Amino acid sequence: MPRVKKIIKVKNKQGLHARPAALFVQIANKFESVITVKKDKDIVNGKSIMGILMLGAEKGSVIQIEADGKDAYQAITELEALLLKDE
Amino acid sequence: MNRQSLELKGIPAAEGIAIGPAYKLGKEIFDIPKKSISEEEIPLQIQIFEEALTQTRKEILGLQQIISREMGKETADIFNAHLLVLEDRMFIEEVIQRLKEEKLNVAYICSEVLKKYISIFSKIEDDYLKERIVDINDVGKRILRHLTGRRHPNWDDLKEKVIVVAHDLSPSDTATMHKKKVIGFVTDVGGKTSHTAIMAKSLEIPAVVGLEDATAKISDGDILIVDGKNGLVIVNPDEDTLRRYREEEKNILYFTSRFLATKDLPAQTLDGKMVKVSANIELPDEIDSAKEHGAEGIGLYRTEFFYMNRDDLPSEEEHYQAYRSVVEKMYPYEVIIRTLDLGGDKFVSQFKVPKDMVPFLGWRAIRFCLTRPDIFKIQLRAILKASIHGKIKLMYPMISGIDELRRANYILEECKEELKKEGIPFDENIEIGAMIELPSAALTSDLLAEEADFFSIGTNDLIQYSLAVDRTNEKVAYLYEPAHPAVLRMIKNIIETAHSKGIWVGMCGEMAGELKFVPLLLGLGLDEFSAPPMVIPQIKYAIRCLNLEEAKAFAKEALRFSSGKEVEDFCEDKIKQIMR
Repeated sequence: MPRVKKIIKVKNKQGLHARPAALFVQIANKFESVITVKKDKDIVNGKSIMGILMLGAEKGSVIQIEADGKDAYQAITELEALLLKDE
Repeated sequence: MNRQSLELKGIPAAEGIAIGPAYKLGKEIFDIPKKSISEEEIPLQIQIFEEALTQTRKEILGLQQIISREMGKETADIFNAHLLVLEDRMFIEEVIQRLKEEKLNVAYICSEVLKKYISIFSKIEDDYLKERIVDINDVGKRILRHLTGRRHPNWDDLKEKVIVVAHDLSPSDTATMHKKKVIGFVTDVGGKTSHTAIMAKSLEIPAVVGLEDATAKISDGDILIVDGKNGLVIVNPDEDTLRRYREEEKNILYFTSRFLATKDLPAQTLDGKMVKVSANIELPDEIDSAKEHGAEGIGLYRTEFFYMNRDDLPSEEEHYQAYRSVVEKMYPYEVIIRTLDLGGDKFVSQFKVPKDMVPFLGWRAIRFCLTRPDIFKIQLRAILKASIHGKIKLMYPMISGIDELRRANYILEECKEELKKEGIPFDENIEIGAMIELPSAALTSDLLAEEADFFSIGTNDLIQYSLAVDRTNEKVAYLYEPAHPAVLRMIKNIIETAHSKGIWVGMCGEMAGELKFVPLLLGLGLDEFSAPPMVIPQIKYAIRCLNLEEAKAFAKEALRFSSGKEVEDFCEDKIKQIMR
């Protein structure tokens, strides 16, 4: 089973809040892999809106997303695309 | 702080004026008592939790559909955020994990987890997160409501007197309310004779119901004026309005105190006819109020209260102790106990009663009791046992015809036999009454009179069944007319038939407590008026001012009108002359 990690700088204007957070959770939930998001010392479930919101990742903060499972590569690719969107 | 003043119009449910701060019911839902559970109960608690989530999801999807149709898809998208919270894995997993570790009731754990999230989010300075708190709050309340049924606050903890504002009040809500703390009711739904209205009258709390969106327009702590007579609620009134209502409040007090002075005089007409005026009560405590208002008996003792706010069934001993205390306190006057009248708008959690499509026509009252003699007998035995401590009569609700009356009496005879065998004393000649509240009973009152010792007319149901008006539906509430010629003809028929068979007739419905109908009902020959304690002094006063022969002529004339409205106007004119 692949396990993929990626460190990303959040470019989204709203950070990982509001609509992007909801979208992130919706995308994460499409995959079988276990998805976690880490910021500083906090690690949360990437499939939980409350978890993501609690991270409080603003624009410019650095987070690490990790996917563990058979669709891990695909999950990371799609999530990364969302976080790099500069809208 | 000067908040905007607003006037809302609803249906008048209980007269009087209340002025005080709004207290919205439902917000205290996060305070859930902690209960320990055993290891074996954990799977069941998880199942309950999952069921509550499913129910909440259904509820939100349903709401989303309605909002989408009425206000557009954009607005309905708010609920997507609610669904995300509801389906949140972290939240669900945390509840289940803590449930397993702490072994506490799932509702409590769920509320704790929700509170934790709310407190974390409220510490973060972010507008978006502030909105999410609202979402979590909203979803959380829905889940907890499904987990707990309904919850009510502890009224004793309230520091000031409040006016309760709620979407709807269930019998279990009103049953826990103290007059000392709750001075008014305001609800979105309900009609003139909904349970809320009846309780409000019985508790002497001014109430306005059927306001449709009061809960949306009123905020906690708003100053409200409840004008129960005109069905008005004034939100944050200006100084002038406030002064006017305070004045009016004083007048009402003066008016009621005027009749209170003569409350103990008998209800005897000018030409010597004695009429009985008794009280309707629900809680044993209300006996004091009944006596203070000059009641000459209890004409309707509702017994549903025992079954509310609990998970188990009341024991024979509990019934007995309550009945005994009521009849002893009321002695030498008599107490008419109505057997269990569940169903319709009165539901109780212990019985897994399937929801009827038309609850008022469903499995309720005597129908329920006759199919569950095990439950019925507990009550009947307790009533019989209490009968040696004072004067008790008993009556069955919702009798549709002679068969039901016979079957109920048969079960009663069985109870008597049992008690005899056990050597327990009781009043062998206890009088049995049939409530006449179905058109079928009204039309066959000659047959029923053969096997009953008295009748009590339940006008609320009689009117709603005769006119096919769901009395809890505010949209058709205007059709609910006590003075409709059809209703009056039925009442006339019931009383005449009963008298020809030598039995007496009382009335315990709302109509008996409406002052304006006193001359009419007296003229139709009614022997007993049973009404909420508050109005008893006025009814007695009105009867003392009337002449039976004149009342008879008045009733005859009233029956000639072709519409209920005309009769009501006619009655109102008459009572104004008397009570001047």
